[in-house]
Amino acid sequence: MKIHIRNGRLIDPANGIDQPADVFVVAGKIAAIGAAPAGFHANKTIDAKNCIVCPGLVDLSVRLREPGLEYKATLESEMLAAASGGVTSLALPPDTDPPLDEPGLVEMLKFRARNLPGPRVYPVGALTQKLKGEALTEMAELAEAGCIAFSHADAPFADTKILLHALDYAATFDFPVWLRPQDAWLAGGGVAHDGPVASRLGLPGIPALAETVALATILALARESGVRLHLARLSTREGVEMVRQAKAQGIKVTCDVSANHLHLSEMDLTRFDSNLHFLPPARSQRDREALVAGLKDGTIDAICSDHAPVDDNEKQLPFGEASPGASGVELLLPLTLKWAAENQVPLAQALACVTRKPAQILGVAHGHLGVGANADLCVFDPEARFTVTTKSLKSQGNNTPFLGYELPGVVKTTIIDGHLDFERP
Amino acid sequence: MPDNPQLTPDGKLKHLLTLDGLPAGILTQILDTAETFMGVGERDVKKVPLLRGKAIFNLFFEPSTRTRTTFDIAAKRLSADVVTLNIAASSQSKGETVLDTVANLTAMHADMFIVRHSQSGAAHFIARHVAPHIAVVNAGDGRHAHPTQGLLDVFTIRRYKGAFHNLRVAIVGDVLHSRVARSQIHALTTLGVPEVRVIAPRTLLPSHVEQMGVHVFHDMKAGLKDVDVVIMLRLQNERMKGALLPSAQEYFKQFGLTPEKLAQAKPDAIVMHPGPMNRGVEIDSEVADGAQSVILPQVTYGIAVRMAVMSMLMGSTT
Repeated sequence: MKIHIRNGRLIDPANGIDQPADVFVVAGKIAAIGAAPAGFHANKTIDAKNCIVCPGLVDLSVRLREPGLEYKATLESEMLAAASGGVTSLALPPDTDPPLDEPGLVEMLKFRARNLPGPRVYPVGALTQKLKGEALTEMAELAEAGCIAFSHADAPFADTKILLHALDYAATFDFPVWLRPQDAWLAGGGVAHDGPVASRLGLPGIPALAETVALATILALARESGVRLHLARLSTREGVEMVRQAKAQGIKVTCDVSANHLHLSEMDLTRFDSNLHFLPPARSQRDREALVAGLKDGTIDAICSDHAPVDDNEKQLPFGEASPGASGVELLLPLTLKWAAENQVPLAQALACVTRKPAQILGVAHGHLGVGANADLCVFDPEARFTVTTKSLKSQGNNTPFLGYELPGVVKTTIIDGHLDFERP
Repeated sequence: MPDNPQLTPDGKLKHLLTLDGLPAGILTQILDTAETFMGVGERDVKKVPLLRGKAIFNLFFEPSTRTRTTFDIAAKRLSADVVTLNIAASSQSKGETVLDTVANLTAMHADMFIVRHSQSGAAHFIARHVAPHIAVVNAGDGRHAHPTQGLLDVFTIRRYKGAFHNLRVAIVGDVLHSRVARSQIHALTTLGVPEVRVIAPRTLLPSHVEQMGVHVFHDMKAGLKDVDVVIMLRLQNERMKGALLPSAQEYFKQFGLTPEKLAQAKPDAIVMHPGPMNRGVEIDSEVADGAQSVILPQVTYGIAVRMAVMSMLMGSTT
């Protein structure tokens, strides 16, 4: 298929490009930028007038809920949702049922995903069997089956020595390890940020210490093992500061923040809306400001959606009983644009946080649009705004804390591997 | 809170979910209305016909004896039809969701739900999902709120002390897990009590509790100095399990209310307790049964206060 994207403003952070330019796609690759290659005849022309053409988004945390949790969502529903949000590559955390701890499961998942339209799917394998934190998985086998990194989702380790062994073993093969820093004991029983709002509402708290205590341990062990470490979904001011110092000391570490934490704080909890129940919890305004600033100065490398669709039966419950998680893959781009607009971040820099940088963390060759690159693209209207409703979302999960928000950025077209995977009518 | 789900657009009480954010005028109106019901229980015919024909459902997702009974009596004295459902023991164990239970009872033409639930925010959740004509009263949700208890406590204080603007009030004990304490704090600060103190070990105080407008003490003698009102909180036995406290004995020694510690308060200070009491754990029997104790009158007043709340919610007051 030959595609001509005309009249658009091309933003390709990896190559430092931000200018009006046509893009020509041939056989799944970027064939030319600017002028058409010799003998080019388009099968499809996309008019990108008033639109931005950028690399397809790379989302580091998207739960497709397969295998085992299909009542919450399916590959079909969530891959369509992702494509409609301009996402062309996504990483799957291992917290499925059963967890991604056996090569067969990973192969089956890759096979299912490959035969469906939608983004490229990159499973993150479980570090321990059943995510119980006790016995290591066959990481080399899992990597062969397609796991691009290993993580422990939100599950605790039985003890610190097992965590060290997991990091050491992964480092043996130079497999990246992704961890969300949380001390399970300090967080135990909590459902909201331990601060004045949770105290007032009588919601059991998860202190900021749950993140920083775990982070101190993880950073010390990572330095010892030399593992390639990625920290998932930082949520505290102190956490950002610890990562800033670790980077300054030369520890190999990257980190991400969820779009939820860039925009929400404990102050949003006052109505007990269970859509605000996600983990780590929305923290204080001071924490939120530090995350916003840390992302801007590059301490935080990437933004993820932390997409977690939950079905209504598990969400329409009193706050503490509701399953945690927020659906969000379709809102990654709009929430990134909103962060950029509110904090005077240049568009190219903001888009790098959802394209080039997460692609580097994933270790994949996407996230840029040089000639010869894979044709994963997103065409969106940055000025168009829309109101978030359960009907406006394609995800099977209706559980977004942004219901009723008016957000900027409407995706017109998503191209994955040279195929038109989404076109807004 | 930008829009208060408890109030109608013209500022009348629609639900009673929490005292947090309710204006002082509404609180005073409830207390004044409760005064008008004070005589009803002493009459030969202990009933007024204000809620005749109204169907009130007690939805207790968590066990309760005292609160459920006083709501029951209050509703019957207002001539309402009362149905009490101990849901903890019935549909919940069959897997019915809260919303299904509420929908079923709505189909039975309920006018009011009295709700108790172990989760903070459960009453808000139910209020958000009921039909518009149904009023919801929170009879205790998790650690969040127990507004009628808070109201009966300030009603008691007003009866004994006359006014709020010149009082020092100390709340002693497990504030962390206490919905009663939270509702008391909101009621007292809203009604203008200039100094509300909490006295407890650090393990039994919520973080940032001072942002609720209270002064924090960890020492009983210092905290009780010159107070007008002492409110003791119940200590649940399970607090010893989570390593929040070493033993009931040590707790009593440090934070239990004894005649010696009470001597620090003003001579005419009153002693309150929301019940049920653990004698010898948070309170010495000599104090509980002593001249300064108003613990039993609290129970009596609780009926009048609950009558006031129910009648105001149904738009009919004397």
